[in-house]
Amino acid sequence: MKFSEYLKYLLIGTAFGFVLMKSEVVSWFRIQEMFRFDAFHMYGIIGLAVIVGIISVQIIKRNNMKDANGNLITIPPKDASQVKRYLIGGSMFGLGWALLGACPGPMFALLGSGLTIMVIPILAALAGTYTYGVLRDKLPH
Amino acid sequence: MFDILYQPWPWYVAGPIIGLTVPLLLLLGGKMFGVSANLRHACAACNFGNVEFFNYDWKKAGKWNLTFLVGSILGGFLGGYVFANPEPIALAQSTIADLQAMGIQDFNGLVPDDLFAWGALGTVPGLIVLILGGFLVGFGARYAGGCTSGHAISGLSDLQLASLIAVIGFFIGGLLMTWFIYPIILS
Repeated sequence: MKFSEYLKYLLIGTAFGFVLMKSEVVSWFRIQEMFRFDAFHMYGIIGLAVIVGIISVQIIKRNNMKDANGNLITIPPKDASQVKRYLIGGSMFGLGWALLGACPGPMFALLGSGLTIMVIPILAALAGTYTYGVLRDKLPH
Repeated sequence: MFDILYQPWPWYVAGPIIGLTVPLLLLLGGKMFGVSANLRHACAACNFGNVEFFNYDWKKAGKWNLTFLVGSILGGFLGGYVFANPEPIALAQSTIADLQAMGIQDFNGLVPDDLFAWGALGTVPGLIVLILGGFLVGFGARYAGGCTSGHAISGLSDLQLASLIAVIGFFIGGLLMTWFIYPIILS
């Protein structure tokens, strides 16, 4: 990867982290509020993000658009027949999301904001990922 | 002029910008937006026990995404430190009342000091939130094949049924935790 490539992803990531902060998506309080259905805030953010995403993916697909390197943009489909994996894995993720009040993006953005204690959940998340890798063959998918 | 950098942004501004991450990554590099894959790349970079799931060329697959992640940390520094909002979050009164009843006392920042401080590691609720919470996020995201960004944003943007099932799972777990398990943990 060339330097300009790194810069490109670094800048998009920076914008993403900045918006996560400004929209308070990183806030444990906002996640509590969302799961209590006390405010529209988080639903508005996720809903509008998905609408913008759907429209742009449709435009990209229907026009067979190419990326900046000239390659045709293809999105590999996910295997929806693995219902157990998505439902059980998703529920476990949801338990963690509500408990920690942060999903992976916010965990790192919060660390950047100076909340050093986030090192602990990040290490725990790495341990969780590693444990999944070890147990993968024994879990229903 | 700079006020806008300090103030919180409303959902109708933040939502579309987050959504634009999907086409931006596709158009600039043919990449699919998803943060939790980085946790797998980090495990692949170490792979102590030579676990098969982590045996792949993580540099080739993940350098772009790990760079994106470094950017997210930088964005967090800019948005949450340099241009930090000095005011407490404008939370719903009902949420504040519920959380106060559960014993949460600090409402000044983005997260409560009661749970998110080094001292909280010496308390049972702090340990559960920080360690078990993090573990479940990492385990569940990989088990489900993605997190909020990979499934709820990217996957739903591509109208993937699998992602819809995963998001339903996110809410099953989230609602169970918030309504039934969290009150026990904090009591």
